[in-house]
Amino acid sequence: MSNKKRLDRREFITRSGKMVGGLALLGGAISGYGKQAASMPAYAIRPPGALPEEDFLGACIRCGICVKDCPYDILHLAQWQEEVALGTPYFIARDIPCEMCEKIYCVRNCPTGALDRLMENIEKSRMGVAVLVDQETCLNMLGLRCDICYRVCPVLDKAITLERFHNPRTKSHTLFVPTVHSDSCTGCGKCEYACPLPIAAIKVLPESLAKGQAGEHYRLGWKEKEKRGGALVTPDIEHQYNLPEGFQYDLLGEGLIAPQKQGGQ
Amino acid sequence: MPRVPIGRAAVEKKGWFRANRWLLLRRTSQLLIIALFLIGPLAFVEWSDDAEEKIWLIKGSLASNVVLDTVPLSDPFIYLQTLLSGQAFEQTVLIGALIVTLFYLLVGGRVYCSWVCPMNIVTDSAGWLRRKLGLKKKCELSPNLRFWVLGLVMVMALVAGNLLWELVNPVTLLQRGLLYGMGAGWMVVAALFLYDLLWSRNGWCGHLCPMGAFYSLLGRLSLVRVRAVDREACNDCMDCFVVCPEPQVIRPALKGEDGVSPLIDESLCTNCGRCIDICGPEVFRFGGRFNK
Repeated sequence: MSNKKRLDRREFITRSGKMVGGLALLGGAISGYGKQAASMPAYAIRPPGALPEEDFLGACIRCGICVKDCPYDILHLAQWQEEVALGTPYFIARDIPCEMCEKIYCVRNCPTGALDRLMENIEKSRMGVAVLVDQETCLNMLGLRCDICYRVCPVLDKAITLERFHNPRTKSHTLFVPTVHSDSCTGCGKCEYACPLPIAAIKVLPESLAKGQAGEHYRLGWKEKEKRGGALVTPDIEHQYNLPEGFQYDLLGEGLIAPQKQGGQ
Repeated sequence: MPRVPIGRAAVEKKGWFRANRWLLLRRTSQLLIIALFLIGPLAFVEWSDDAEEKIWLIKGSLASNVVLDTVPLSDPFIYLQTLLSGQAFEQTVLIGALIVTLFYLLVGGRVYCSWVCPMNIVTDSAGWLRRKLGLKKKCELSPNLRFWVLGLVMVMALVAGNLLWELVNPVTLLQRGLLYGMGAGWMVVAALFLYDLLWSRNGWCGHLCPMGAFYSLLGRLSLVRVRAVDREACNDCMDCFVVCPEPQVIRPALKGEDGVSPLIDESLCTNCGRCIDICGPEVFRFGGRFNK
């Protein structure tokens, strides 16, 4: 070996210093960039059965087998300068949503378990949650019967329902409000893809952005009552109205009820 | 500067083809591997009207793939990082990594660099152009720096719980890019080319790349090695030192005193066989570790 000549102490220290400094610079730069790359942009959706993002970035070996296995060419491996971690698979619902095929081809051959190979039912996947993000432009919210997101939903009438509300503008019509139920929504993105607006009013977001969380100590009275099969407290004594004879009073309904005249009219 | 252009002696003695035989074989191997991945599905099997299953000769990329939908092959360098990042053992990738590891233990770890990795074509081209333009080396990093980078890569995976190196690894970027689309990745490859051309001879593959470092560790005891069988015939033309991607590995075997084995027993040797090609007096030959 030619470089086996003895180093003096000064040279040894300078060389080691350079090495350590260079490596620290490299490591620092990469780990800083890594933090940034670990934050998935909200528009990017992982394939079904993906581990939580933090684990996914450690498990995914960036081989692209899922991309090749998808029969609909939906998945894409992140390239240089894209916002998603380099080489990891994702799709953008507005460009092309997940077809939710029953065989779930993309997870079958994942070598590392970054995608759950044992996943049986695509309806159990949680790629994200659809949210009606813009209630000002949604056609149904304006009183029209667009209903497209409701119709295209693969978990029909479960993940999205049309809830009826009074239309306060016309005063005589109904609003059919597209309402997402996160316990059934897979995050496939069909609704976002199909929304006819130039920019979708309904979008699939990561669960962390889409969902709130109720306080752990919250109890919903009506649910507790259902669970127990009856009121949890002593029922109130029915109010006694002081009314002329034969009259009744219905607080939540008809109001004052006159006594029925005997014998028809 | 050598008095005779590099390789002239070999071409005159052996003819152009034999003076480039191993190089041609290597390029064929590198391109063929990429081509095999690109050959689409071989057959479609209808499962249902939902979709059909595609049978592939080899599916995935060099990071991990599956041959004929049965045999998994995985890159042990990346797999080790996934383990360090705290992922549970997974049978498929474990088997795949073991098969690949076994292969390189036998044939020499850095066979990956010279016979498989497409980045080698890029850096070899830079090296070739560098010689043609007569560029002198300016910055010389230590060839051992890559082992420190390798250590850094593993520590980063361990500490961050995330394959940090894969966010910037230009080698897998190129391999993946050729199969799935490069996008802006060409800029990284071009930057490496320019670095090798203008800054440091074999700067990437010979000094920095932690994958090369990893595979060289795998190849410490490989059975296939280059031997300077006929070292008495050496006429000191220095052509082999000029073309060798790891010139420091040649000297002990070639210039060894009597009794020192003519085996190039350095794990950094990539078994590329360029020294065999370029040598007029035919000093070198591929051989087994235990050959006489």
